[in-house]
Amino acid sequence: MEFEWIKIPYSLLTLFIVVNYGLLMTAFIAKIAARVGRRHGIPIYQNYIDLIKNYGLRSSITHGVMFYLGPVFRLSGGVGLLLFVPSIYGSEMFSNLSFAGDLILALYFIFFGTLGMALGAAESGSPHSAIGITRGLSQVTAAELPMALAVFSVALQYETLSITEIVAAQQGSVLNWTLFTNPLAVVAAMMAFLGSMMRPPFDVVLAPQEIPIGPPTEYHSSYLALMQTNRVIFPVAKVVIYTNLFFGGATNWPIFFLKVFLIYMVSAFVGVAFPRFRVEQSIRWFLIWAMPLGILAILLV
Amino acid sequence: MKEELEKRIVKGPDGIEFEVEPLRDYYCEAAPTVMPQAYSKIIEGFFNWARAESLWILGFGTGCGAIEMRPLMTPRFDAYRYGVQWRPTPRQSNLFIISGYLSVKTLKRAIRSYEQMQNPKYVIGLGSCTINGGMYWDSYNTIKCLDDYLPVDLYIAGCMPRPEALLAGFEELKKLIRAGKAEGANQYAENFEWYKANQKKVILDWDMPDYNW
Repeated sequence: MEFEWIKIPYSLLTLFIVVNYGLLMTAFIAKIAARVGRRHGIPIYQNYIDLIKNYGLRSSITHGVMFYLGPVFRLSGGVGLLLFVPSIYGSEMFSNLSFAGDLILALYFIFFGTLGMALGAAESGSPHSAIGITRGLSQVTAAELPMALAVFSVALQYETLSITEIVAAQQGSVLNWTLFTNPLAVVAAMMAFLGSMMRPPFDVVLAPQEIPIGPPTEYHSSYLALMQTNRVIFPVAKVVIYTNLFFGGATNWPIFFLKVFLIYMVSAFVGVAFPRFRVEQSIRWFLIWAMPLGILAILLV
Repeated sequence: MKEELEKRIVKGPDGIEFEVEPLRDYYCEAAPTVMPQAYSKIIEGFFNWARAESLWILGFGTGCGAIEMRPLMTPRFDAYRYGVQWRPTPRQSNLFIISGYLSVKTLKRAIRSYEQMQNPKYVIGLGSCTINGGMYWDSYNTIKCLDDYLPVDLYIAGCMPRPEALLAGFEELKKLIRAGKAEGANQYAENFEWYKANQKKVILDWDMPDYNW
């Protein structure tokens, strides 16, 4: 296949749209969560201001090379995840840099940011970061198992590793979605999804009340701004994969925005309704409830 | 000087002995410097607007005034709608509220937390204890005038000021920041010797480096 250079500006356009959408959507979800607590919540544009302020801080200090690279790895995890997955099905412009085996690469990218963060936070030397990273890695690993099982189940079902082909197989009717053709895999994957969104009941990694904010304890100024940028890109990119694999993909931007918002709302719903799990409880929850479903999904396919 | 802060020889797990000097090895001792503003006035104004609209408070309550900050997070007062948030770590905060009386023991921690915050940073003195000692005016172990130890941008008077007074104080601080008058961090760097001399006058068991971030 020949590489077309026009794909690069097109992908950057996708990135631009997703960053802005992510900033507004996370603020909107924060507002919804605040309304549940009967507060007004942050203004819808607050994320932009926080970002500008953090980039605009005058001083920043470093703890070493890996401390620099931590946020960079994290951001490249989010951006890479987004860019190697087609965001709009059937659109030449927004299929990004997707290729035949992109499903495996996407699985890798989901984990990449957490590992980069672990290296960076370890360099900062704060004990709170170390605790947060230990919790984060164990929880993400446990959540990744059902996710990987569900993805393999879907790959077996459609007999392909290309996300574009998986989306193509789901077109036509709502009943063609993986949600209806392979419900067990979708349920297992949605459980894993809850675990990786850093919302209650699975937010023990950040846990601002007990270990000051966990892995990013020592991060500030532009480092923190980079990580904030990633925090709006990564969830959207992850939801894009879910939309593509399980919910029929999106054929235009309004459908894309709607589906991403609704899937994100699942974690927000669960988040405002349930208190926090301890890390061993959440791991047990993934292994007992989500993993058997994933295995079953593979067996049934 | 505490025992764990003294210079000592440590034997590593591989049998090699090496010298550890905690004050030098674990802290950075370089004094703070005056940080220049952005090269263009328009950009600095823009940044100042962003800084004013996104105040991140260090969640560190020093005295009884801390109880007045909690209602601000609840539905009744809800400071989040004004762009005010609480951060659990000094690295990410811009605003340090000294809430009420400050004992000498806490002053030590307050100084360390303040020095770990990033430039530009702001300090609000909450309650009359920070202005003149308040009801602790003749106490032997609280400081009387906060301005001698940290550069204060704004005082909120009262004993105790209600959460509404705090909200009004935030709005005043926003005006100061937007006008470019809240340069406490640079002021601290300029008059570093004076502040350190004042701090050392009251903290008698000074067992930390002069500047630690």
